[in-house]
Amino acid sequence: MTDLSMPQSQSQTRTQSAAGKIALRWLLYVLLGLFALYYLMPLFVMVTTSLKSLEEIRTGSLISLPREVSFDAWKTAWSGACTGIQCEGLRPYFWNSVLIAVPAVAISTLLGALNGYVVAQWRFKGANIIFSLMLFGCFIPFQVVLLPMARLLGMMGIAGTIPGLIFVHVIYGLGFTTLFFRNYYVTIPAELTKAARVDGAGFLRIFWSIFLPLSLPIVVVTVIWQFTQIWNDFLFGVSFSQAGTQPVTVALNNIVNSTTGVKEYNVDMAAAIIAGLPTLLVYVVAGKYFIRGLTAGSVKG
Amino acid sequence: MAPILDINNLYKNYGATEILKDINISIEPGDFLVLVGPSGCGKSTLLNCIAGLEEITGGTLSIGGNDMTHVSPKDRDIAMVFQSYALYPTMTVAKNITFGMKVRGVDQATQDAKLKEVASLLQIEPLLNRRPSQLSGGQRQRVAMGRALVRDPKLFLFDEPLSNLDAKLRVEMRTEIKKLHQTLDASIVYVTHDQIEAMTLATKIVVLKGGVVQQIGTPAEIYNNPANLFVADFMGSPAMNLIPAQATRNGSGTQIAIARDQGETLLLNDARDLSLPQDVILGLRPEDIAEAGFRAGDGVQEAACMVDMVEPAGADTYVVSELGGKQVTARLHAETSAQAGKMLNLAFDMSKVSYFAKETGERLN
Amino acid sequence: MSEWLENHLPKVVLAPSFIAVLIFVYGFIGWTAWVSLTRSKLLPKYEIKGFIQYERLFDSPRWDTAINNLYIFGALFIVIAMVLGLLLAILLDQKIRAEGAIRTIYLYPMALSMIVTGTAWKWILNPGLGIESMVQGWGFPNFEFDWLVNPDYAIYTIVMAAIWQSSGFVMALFLAGLRSVDGEIIKAAQVDGIPTWRIYTAIIIPSMAPIFLSAFIVLAHLAIKSFDLVIALTGGGPGYATDLPATYMYAMAFSRGDIGQAASSAMIMMLVVFAIVVPYLYSELRAKND
Repeated sequence: MTDLSMPQSQSQTRTQSAAGKIALRWLLYVLLGLFALYYLMPLFVMVTTSLKSLEEIRTGSLISLPREVSFDAWKTAWSGACTGIQCEGLRPYFWNSVLIAVPAVAISTLLGALNGYVVAQWRFKGANIIFSLMLFGCFIPFQVVLLPMARLLGMMGIAGTIPGLIFVHVIYGLGFTTLFFRNYYVTIPAELTKAARVDGAGFLRIFWSIFLPLSLPIVVVTVIWQFTQIWNDFLFGVSFSQAGTQPVTVALNNIVNSTTGVKEYNVDMAAAIIAGLPTLLVYVVAGKYFIRGLTAGSVKG
Repeated sequence: MAPILDINNLYKNYGATEILKDINISIEPGDFLVLVGPSGCGKSTLLNCIAGLEEITGGTLSIGGNDMTHVSPKDRDIAMVFQSYALYPTMTVAKNITFGMKVRGVDQATQDAKLKEVASLLQIEPLLNRRPSQLSGGQRQRVAMGRALVRDPKLFLFDEPLSNLDAKLRVEMRTEIKKLHQTLDASIVYVTHDQIEAMTLATKIVVLKGGVVQQIGTPAEIYNNPANLFVADFMGSPAMNLIPAQATRNGSGTQIAIARDQGETLLLNDARDLSLPQDVILGLRPEDIAEAGFRAGDGVQEAACMVDMVEPAGADTYVVSELGGKQVTARLHAETSAQAGKMLNLAFDMSKVSYFAKETGERLN
Repeated sequence: MSEWLENHLPKVVLAPSFIAVLIFVYGFIGWTAWVSLTRSKLLPKYEIKGFIQYERLFDSPRWDTAINNLYIFGALFIVIAMVLGLLLAILLDQKIRAEGAIRTIYLYPMALSMIVTGTAWKWILNPGLGIESMVQGWGFPNFEFDWLVNPDYAIYTIVMAAIWQSSGFVMALFLAGLRSVDGEIIKAAQVDGIPTWRIYTAIIIPSMAPIFLSAFIVLAHLAIKSFDLVIALTGGGPGYATDLPATYMYAMAFSRGDIGQAASSAMIMMLVVFAIVVPYLYSELRAKND
């Protein structure tokens, strides 16, 4: 990016404007710092609250540090908090989310890679229309498919099961995964496919030997995107699960909004952090790919 | 001998657009066929059709005497070198070269032997363990050729292989390709938009324009007897002078009158027995116009012309003069005394003149 | 046979996904559209009765609230997130130190689920123990901040949380846009002696029109689909003061057992999304095919 600091032409104004410039710089950093505080504040409050005792929460201030650090709330959130009538904490639901996310991410990524490869490199008549139809599918509000999907899952006998949720996530993730891979593979020159065809390689061989080894960056982007989407999903989770198969987001909401007993804010916060931790971790470790997916998934690059 | 490549009445359409129209080409084993034409003329599409990478809409195509019209590329016994080289980015040079054999299940010993042979032929042994991204343009070009050579196919296809190289390297590689052709006695179809490449490499040239074959011939035929104005203008640099003129029968020969902006009409005699219409376009290469006294022969005629511009080009000096409303270039020797704004006696070699019809652009003699 | 397979393998590979999309997207939309024209209640009926469900929908005060909330929420959310995102992007674009770290901080909320976000803000906005009691503790005993439980203001708490969640993402979009402006144009403007703020207003920002459009589309899309945040933050309450079309649809489908209403409200949501997204996608695809 070009430096936008202005070249100075008149010498008499130089010292004055230099001071002004320093003041502006300070203002800039103060502003940036304030915004950083704004974004960090909820996380800070969540963490400190989760480490406080209920007594301290009632008497102390929202943003004060805990006087006595206690991990009791975390223990309760993980294995004792009540989601309605059951009081097993988040743990079983956390594993439900893992069991849903891992296969759903793997299957939708693999299918997306194959689809993207076909659409980008093996254009046939109508391929573009098919791609457009799949792309439009990314944008529908899922409310419009909730009712028929609920009925279909019932008919297939997988209503309220984890395979049912995997199925739903794969189906409605396909548009995006196909888009990601398609946009990546169109940047690979078509001559590469031609050369491999002349060399005698077929459709799958070319995919396996030439395209897949090139795909690591886009696989990472897609996996992160899909994982974040599926882990954070609530709508499908709440609509298509039943007691015992709910994903972690649904369980978290149940803990927070369960009306029985004393409101344990520290447990709520610990549970919220636990539910958010996997995606947060992914973001911290692979932020670059996360942002790439985010922008690719929204600006049809 | 059976032709190595035989194309009959080939048509190629994309939807309603005709890309190639009624192409008929036949080459013998050992031929170096160059498809040349401006961009968008369909030459690369034709090459893709030969490779089987594009389905043809009509006609037939055979390679080595076998009908290949609907055969997939892998079974056509061809190898291809691409403009972008199309090296597999994740494979080493050695893997790039042997990939085709590996796919076809050739045993490891043969693969190694072939790889060694080709690597030494192209002098790329030190590069075998590198990745394409670590190679220079010229090295990539060699690897791409190695990948084709190792296959030992009936027919080699080259798609503008030199156009991504800088000028100096391009000349070097051109020579090398020519040498390879001679050593291996391979049959080659080569696409380029560069007419110099076409002239230097080809044993046979096909000039294409708008999906239609304009002329097929040896480089000499194409250069000396262009079939129409397009070929005349496209092949050769500087381009052939194309001058509007009036022809009248004059005994056994023809008198050619060329109008000039300044000065009287230029009258030249062509002693050949031709029957020409009155309005013609006269085509004469710059090297067939010399300074008076430097060119002798039956057809040579001299005339004083006004020099508009002098362009020394080292070995030669080009002189531009206005004739028939066109800037006519003459190629003179380097030590000429020609000066812009002065008259100069030029010698026109009328035995080399091509005539074209004014309306159709077709050759008349 | 193997020759045929080899030639048609690309189509064979694409076919299952395509068929799935046809059935589960377009077929299901068709099903929902059909049912929205029937008298379906607890169970779907397939006898078309015209637009009665839509008439019921538009007569329903609860749907009325949901649509009004969508207007308020959508407008505020989109405008504020865009302004804030642009401001942050410009601030970050001034060759500052530790840009990466600051960017990471601004964007992390996007990695969290709306449920987590809603849970956090629900606690922060808790009238008894959150910001209200904190400010009171600072010596302002009369300070009141009860928006979360105030039917007239609860919708604004959803705006607050949503902006916190998504503005960093808008920042990332705009920052990428700022960085893609041709540096030579900016240099030329600097040489011409044009002040920095004018360079932004006259050159850089106008050249980012497509990014404004993208950001708008994404945010509008998020606003219309907003469901989890409302559930986690207010549960649609107090009463149904913070209902949005998405929560209305869910309530009709799964707690009220009114499939006809659920289907018709879902169709309205889809029409709104398509009205925004289809022209955009169409122009994008066209531009790319040319």
